[in-house]
Amino acid sequence: MSGVATGPSMGRVNSPAASTAVPATPSQARYEPPRFSARGPISSALLEALGRGIREAGESLGGLEHSTREAIAASPDVIRDDDLQLSLLILHGLHYGGVVDSDDDWEWHPALVAARVAIERAFEAELRRQVPVPELPNPSSEDVAAALFELTKPTPGPSLSRYVARKASEEQLREYLVLRSIYTLKEADAQTWAVPRLQGRAKAALMEIQTDEYGAGDPERMHSAIFARAMRGLGLDDRYGTYIDCVPAVTIASFTMMTMFGFNRSLRGATAGHFSAYEMTSSIPNRYLAQGVRRLGFGDDIAWYFDEHVEADSVHEQIAGRDLSGGLAEAEPSLLADIMWGANCSLIVDGWGSAEALACWEAGRSALRMPLPSGAER
Amino acid sequence: MTGRPPTIIACPNGPLLVRGDAALETPDGEPIDRHGRNTVALCRCGASAIKPFCDGTHKMTGFRSDD
Ligand code: FES
Repeated sequence: MSGVATGPSMGRVNSPAASTAVPATPSQARYEPPRFSARGPISSALLEALGRGIREAGESLGGLEHSTREAIAASPDVIRDDDLQLSLLILHGLHYGGVVDSDDDWEWHPALVAARVAIERAFEAELRRQVPVPELPNPSSEDVAAALFELTKPTPGPSLSRYVARKASEEQLREYLVLRSIYTLKEADAQTWAVPRLQGRAKAALMEIQTDEYGAGDPERMHSAIFARAMRGLGLDDRYGTYIDCVPAVTIASFTMMTMFGFNRSLRGATAGHFSAYEMTSSIPNRYLAQGVRRLGFGDDIAWYFDEHVEADSVHEQIAGRDLSGGLAEAEPSLLADIMWGANCSLIVDGWGSAEALACWEAGRSALRMPLPSGAER
Repeated sequence: MTGRPPTIIACPNGPLLVRGDAALETPDGEPIDRHGRNTVALCRCGASAIKPFCDGTHKMTGFRSDD
């Protein structure tokens, strides 16, 4: 299925006058069955509650925080836990919109906020256990930018983007876009949460980048829109959520991690470092990806997304390193360790997802958790 | 046009970052398409495949600006 636009969400059924109250009856709640399935007890409880009216389901959610804490305690690794990562994606989705189409009033339901915070705290703790803080530079703009460029410098050898450039089949290119769609259909939104949480030079730098990400006033040029166009061009459905079932937990974790960083003021240093490393590891891989797209016979319309990032991210990486991370480190030197740690989180967690996908392809297997839904591709 | 005087930052071991109202032109005076970008990075290592813009290649060639 193709050509399905990610348009504005359906209007609320309850009248504007009732917007401060919960819907009068469950039948007035907005809900569409999600295009993906639960992966365990927490995501299943969430999907079930969102499918019922907020008043009716709200009361039965009293035990959610407790069961979430139990699931966290039982989880060997929250970063790779399918149920907890999908649950966090659903909970973040209440703020983004478009993940589960349910009533807007769910966004700040106390039981759901408590579950989100519980998963986020455990997720952050696990990231702090598994991702080391790199060596710290002086907290000056120049030194922070130089340290980030050093940390993210291109490495020779096999990589997912080089594989796409040289060897990937059309089917593998489609898998690549599906894996990437979890973040990229919402590209830049995860960092925008951080704008009011930053001040001065770092805020101005983030906005300078975001203006470009959002198309500088042209919705067609918005990076998420260019990506959606590439998906459609490959016969994929560009509605958020169609392919969530296909994507492993670690790929979801790359996105929930950046949302969590942007969403928590205490993690503003990690956001700056994460975004800087993300931009610094983008232009060269995107050039390889564009090569792969053209090798497979696709045209500029599909390559546009990757071409755009070669040029845009060569600008963004300078702004991010010097003014966002560097500016933040100068203004708040106590955040230096989190800036460098956030950068390492981007490299390491995104690196796990890429390495797993590459290992699957090299072994002749699909990199997806399950095949693409039938009818969702050409 | 941003109404902001141009500034050029020479990024160490990297491009020239141009902000503000700088007109980019070819030697014939033809405007160079900035692709809607207010801030652009101009290659100064000579290795970019999308000159005059930087494409990040300076990081692979180990370009040193020695500034
Ligand atoms: S300065 Fe970046 S490619 Fe030349």
